[in-house]
Amino acid sequence: MAETKVIPDQAIKEITELFHHVPKKSATCIEALKIVQNHNRWVSDDAVKELATLLEMSPDEIDGVATFYNIIFRQPVGRHVIHLCNSVSCYILGYEKIEDHIKNKLKIGFGETTPDKRFTFLPIPCLGTCDHAPAMIIDEDLYRDLTPQKIDDILERYQ
Amino acid sequence: MERPLTEHIKNDGSVLSLKEYEAAGGYQALRKALKMTPQEVMQMVKDSNLRGRGGAGFPTGMKWSFVPMGDHAPHPKYIVANGDEMEPGTFKDRVLLEGNPHQLIEGMIISAYAIQADISYIFLRWAYHEAAKRVKNAIQEAYGAGYLGKKIAGSDYSVEMHLHTSVGRYMCGEETALLNALEGKRANPRSKPPFPQVSGLFGKPTIVNNVETFSNIAHIIDKGVEWYKALSKSPDGGGTKLYGVSGHVKKPAIWELPLGVSLRELIEEHAGGMMDGYKFRAALPGGASTDFLTEEHLDVAMDFTNTMKAGSRMGTGTVIVLDDKTCPVGMVFNLEKFFAQESCGWCTPCREGLPWTAKILDAIEHGRGMMNQLDILSFETVYMAPGNTFCALAPGAMEPLQSALKYFREDFERHIKEHKCPWD
Ligand SMILES: Cc1cc2nc3c(=O)[nH]c(=O)nc-3n(C[C@H](O)[C@H](O)[C@H](O)COP(=O)(O)O)c2cc1C
Ligand code: SF4
Ligand code: FES
Repeated sequence: MAETKVIPDQAIKEITELFHHVPKKSATCIEALKIVQNHNRWVSDDAVKELATLLEMSPDEIDGVATFYNIIFRQPVGRHVIHLCNSVSCYILGYEKIEDHIKNKLKIGFGETTPDKRFTFLPIPCLGTCDHAPAMIIDEDLYRDLTPQKIDDILERYQ
Repeated sequence: MERPLTEHIKNDGSVLSLKEYEAAGGYQALRKALKMTPQEVMQMVKDSNLRGRGGAGFPTGMKWSFVPMGDHAPHPKYIVANGDEMEPGTFKDRVLLEGNPHQLIEGMIISAYAIQADISYIFLRWAYHEAAKRVKNAIQEAYGAGYLGKKIAGSDYSVEMHLHTSVGRYMCGEETALLNALEGKRANPRSKPPFPQVSGLFGKPTIVNNVETFSNIAHIIDKGVEWYKALSKSPDGGGTKLYGVSGHVKKPAIWELPLGVSLRELIEEHAGGMMDGYKFRAALPGGASTDFLTEEHLDVAMDFTNTMKAGSRMGTGTVIVLDDKTCPVGMVFNLEKFFAQESCGWCTPCREGLPWTAKILDAIEHGRGMMNQLDILSFETVYMAPGNTFCALAPGAMEPLQSALKYFREDFERHIKEHKCPWD
């Protein structure tokens, strides 16, 4: 186990508080990964190792869970994460135009982060707001009925 | 026309508070249920003919009846609301979660009482941040008012409730995979039997129902079985249904309507018909994993039996409309890309077959296809048919594909012959 602690004390406290809800510590794995990510913005190899000790699991088991889910980041992300819906109703309503616009504006494609670390750009399955397609989420904010024109204004709000 | 599930949802998009919910008669059904025996509550739900709203339409009361009851039953028993809603084109549970979370919570508590559950979970998908805030707050309000916790509402019955927000994966919606996710594991499905009712969360008896399903329960208890059955236009099941339409229609939205309205009524009346300049071509009646229906099916009643007779399924009841200006091959490619990405990788036909399917569709859509690939696609639909895979994800993925091959054959062939997408 790494000597330098990457999981902050506050996160450890939040995770240990969950233990009394569940029959075994490993059952908090997903919650624990979320907590670590809330504090650190992503889940590093060292964080996986520290979590393994805390939850009495092997690092591989933790990694198996971490890599299964779409929203756990095993690589650093930018200050803001854009999740653009690329599912069927947004396809019909033209999400590809929005994708192109963001690509041209930020000079990054899906899966990439701007050099200034301002944005990471990711596709996401249906956001459950198909009556207002195309749609995207930036961090935790939902934007709907998108047009290329709207995108410029919206991105300005995230520095 | 009565709309019990949505009538108290506010137009301004704000949430119904506990006070407002109670003023509208909320939690009276819970008090009534707590004076009945659990068996009586279960019997009412059985008699109501409520069928699950998560996609498969399984009769709810019957599902509950498999839970071991009595003094020797294992405890804790669990009850879980499935609010994963990641089926592309589906946006109905969001309306209930954001607009009236207490209706869901009350329904869950009554259901928990019926099977004598000790602990309940609401499993919510990652993207529903606003719903998560509102549900969390509503759970706190319900604890504050004594509807949750020890000896609820002056009875001897105790039940806890937790909110679990997911970290994103379509598989989490499959009920046994959902239980693995709740246990902190990868969301691979489990083999059945044992069924969750007998051995579910942490090996204990567990019921999983859809958010909309639970949202019906308080109304059944409150107003009775006959009233509930009469809400439906279909002999197929009781109650209303949340239907929706998306695509190039004038007024895409969700509406609560009698179960069994026609596809035509949904698209032409409620959704206001097609947008100017667009013509209707086909529709997926209930989300991404249902077969296309075409113009000849517009008068089909949107219930379980009739959609099945027409060669599809009601699924989630949220219709995705394909118009004449959208490429059907591109649409199916989009769908299969989604399924390939979301395959959990547990069984070979799906793990290998879906990416293969997506790759072929990619080639055809982008003018690199060959005629014999259409036969390969037909083969895939058999290769991943029900029974050949470990869960229903892959067979579901084959539904839009097999019907597209049937209805849009010419479009596939044109892509191949012209070496390009005719819509580009
Ligand atoms: C891949 C897959 C995804 C599913 N996603 C959901 C979902 O998001 N919400 C849901 O209620 N049911 C979903 N289901 C169906 C559930 O497995 C289960 O049948 C349902 O939650 C039962 O609830 P009900 O009886 O109230 O319909 C999914 C099934 C599969 C195979
Ligand atoms: S069908 Fe697909 S999603 Fe279901 S178990 Fe097999 S690999 Fe996993
Ligand atoms: S398909 Fe994009 S929000 Fe549903």
